[in-house]
Amino acid sequence: MTVESTDVLVVGSGFGGAIAAYHLAAGGARVVVLERGPWLSGKDFEHDFLLGSSYTRVFDFVAGDGMSVLSGNCVGGGSVVYFAALPRAPRFTFERHGSIGRRMWPSAINRDTLDPWYDRISEAMVVEQQTWDDVTFAGGLWAAACDHAGRTANPVPVSVDLSKCTNCNWMMAGCRFDAKRSLLFSYIPAAVSHGADIRPLHEVQRIERKDDGSYRVRYTTIDEVDYRVHTGEGAIDAKIIVLAAGAGATPVILKRSEETLGAMPHAVGRYFSGNGERLNTAVLNEDRVRDVLGLSRAGGRIAYEANQIGKGPVVANWDKLDASLPEYGRFSLEQLYFPPGLGTILAQAPGVADPAWFGPAKKRMLEQWKSWLIIFQMTEDDNEGVFGPPPPTGNAFRISQQMLGRGPLSYDPTPNTLSGWAAADAEVKDILERDGLAEVTAWTNDLVGAYTVHPLASCRIGDDPATSALDDRHELRGHPGIFVTDGSAVPGALTVNPALTIGALAERAIPGIVRAARERGVAVDYGAPVPVGVTSTPMTTGVAG
Amino acid sequence: MGSPTGDAEEIQVLTLEAYADTIIPGERRSADDRAIAGVAPGGGAVQAGALEMLNDPATGVTAGLAPLSQTLNAHATAYAAEIGLDLDGTVPPFVSLSYEHRSALIARLVAPGHPEKDGWVLLALFSYMAYDSAAHMHTTDAIAAGHPGLLSMGFGKPDDDGLWRFREHSYGRALARPHPNTTSSGSPA
Repeated sequence: MTVESTDVLVVGSGFGGAIAAYHLAAGGARVVVLERGPWLSGKDFEHDFLLGSSYTRVFDFVAGDGMSVLSGNCVGGGSVVYFAALPRAPRFTFERHGSIGRRMWPSAINRDTLDPWYDRISEAMVVEQQTWDDVTFAGGLWAAACDHAGRTANPVPVSVDLSKCTNCNWMMAGCRFDAKRSLLFSYIPAAVSHGADIRPLHEVQRIERKDDGSYRVRYTTIDEVDYRVHTGEGAIDAKIIVLAAGAGATPVILKRSEETLGAMPHAVGRYFSGNGERLNTAVLNEDRVRDVLGLSRAGGRIAYEANQIGKGPVVANWDKLDASLPEYGRFSLEQLYFPPGLGTILAQAPGVADPAWFGPAKKRMLEQWKSWLIIFQMTEDDNEGVFGPPPPTGNAFRISQQMLGRGPLSYDPTPNTLSGWAAADAEVKDILERDGLAEVTAWTNDLVGAYTVHPLASCRIGDDPATSALDDRHELRGHPGIFVTDGSAVPGALTVNPALTIGALAERAIPGIVRAARERGVAVDYGAPVPVGVTSTPMTTGVAG
Repeated sequence: MGSPTGDAEEIQVLTLEAYADTIIPGERRSADDRAIAGVAPGGGAVQAGALEMLNDPATGVTAGLAPLSQTLNAHATAYAAEIGLDLDGTVPPFVSLSYEHRSALIARLVAPGHPEKDGWVLLALFSYMAYDSAAHMHTTDAIAAGHPGLLSMGFGKPDDDGLWRFREHSYGRALARPHPNTTSSGSPA
């Protein structure tokens, strides 16, 4: 086996990886990006639930004990499969104490110090607030129900070219119409234009330290259809490693590397947060929607029946994002379409004894599917997730050819987390069951545990070496030259969608990574501009297959 | 069905159909249909293609179907003995149970802490996916064929090019006041 070499080896091509790859390549470093998923673009993003279509190619669903994680598995990572909601985290989240009883964020970071970095990533992703004309029926209904209950509701800032959006609601499988401004339109083509070498279907397995203090990364190549099949292996030496495999994979790679790298900081693979996430499903009474909220569609005959129409979250309730409320009592409530096949099973039929997720009553609930409204809660959890021994390869024992696996994450929610979920459940019920508008039930946690689409904090930044794996420059404690820039670096739940915060933290980390690279003899500068308007169609050069 | 000790493949099919039907129940295919309990109108997971789905190697569960169905029948036998039920010896033990007992047994098997939970959840997951997303078929083909799950849920039809678009998508008016602490860029302050 030949061993290649580069200056900087980036693991993963989501926000953390793509941002690092762009800046370091633009600064003159030789950059290789290893991405375990495929490299797809517009025409590949199918409207199809068939196993093997983009609906399963671009995802990882990893079930653990008490928590399941849904994350991206493709070039562009989460930005390809997410709903492009990009709010900034509220000020109070940076002051949170969480499970450690004192401020969990590094002292150098708060909303004010992060805002300039938020500005940069917002410019690159072209974040815009939606108008009420952009707000879909589902979002409009959620807004009207909030207003009826004396609450407020906000159109969510998104990174979507709304002029191209057809409201097809296949957004999670990748945007067929090139409306979602994923990283495929910005940082990734910009990185490639500066020479970054992005290699899809390359799964990093372990990192080794070399005698000169640089690193060797070992990977396997993955079959483009059956991800259970490893087709080859290789190794690349690098002076700087940027780990950005996602909060469900980064700590697994590090723990598997302990034999060759030496002991990991205590916090690697601990303090995992599911961003406090939880989902509720409301089954609407169409007559009450029309009579109570005064809503109607074509001809006035249908009030709603629009579950299938739209795009990700368009309207959120932020009334409980209130710094004066006690920790675990703060949360946001976001309307969210969740397609069949990935979560429908977890919805519980109202008024039925456990288990309420299957059987005749659930089938009747499915018959009302067009009248469903799903509300996504982002609460404050207690960072109680812990990763056990890593599987032999990847971040899970793969079960299906794509998407489905069993991972080593354990999550046993504390009374704090449970109280936050209960408060959010009660708020949703108060809003949506008012005046007979709907019946609301929470998704069951019995089947696959809690469910997060925003895994965080499994390798977090902080000032205290005992509770943070990384210093506030994102360097892995005790392992100079290894940086972590993905969601695993975020210290805790944010009460809003975390992508913009992950991106802002990655942007903030770059100057420090550039300095470290220079200290290791890499000729690289910092100062590349935000990649705006790089391309209006996604990058296809180098697409495998 | 002659004897439960007869054709192993037939026993497996009946047992898995009964499991899938417990998850998303449907109406019997014929008067002597024993696998489907017949507790709900319209097609259920079985008519939606649960067995085709489970037998698709892409799921990763095909190799487990034989041991799972055998284990399920062993659980059904033990369950019947525990609560004093007489089993009908002409069908597999799980198929012999009424819908209520099938449901109660599955509730035990998928409950947190059950040592075999993972396997039973996977069986339920793919039975579900056969019904709610027809993941063993192209979605356009499933809709054209009148797939019972997508039809029952009211999943809308695509345009002629097989892609979905919804031109009517918004109430088109302001429906709430925004939160007072919203920044000019639309984020929480």
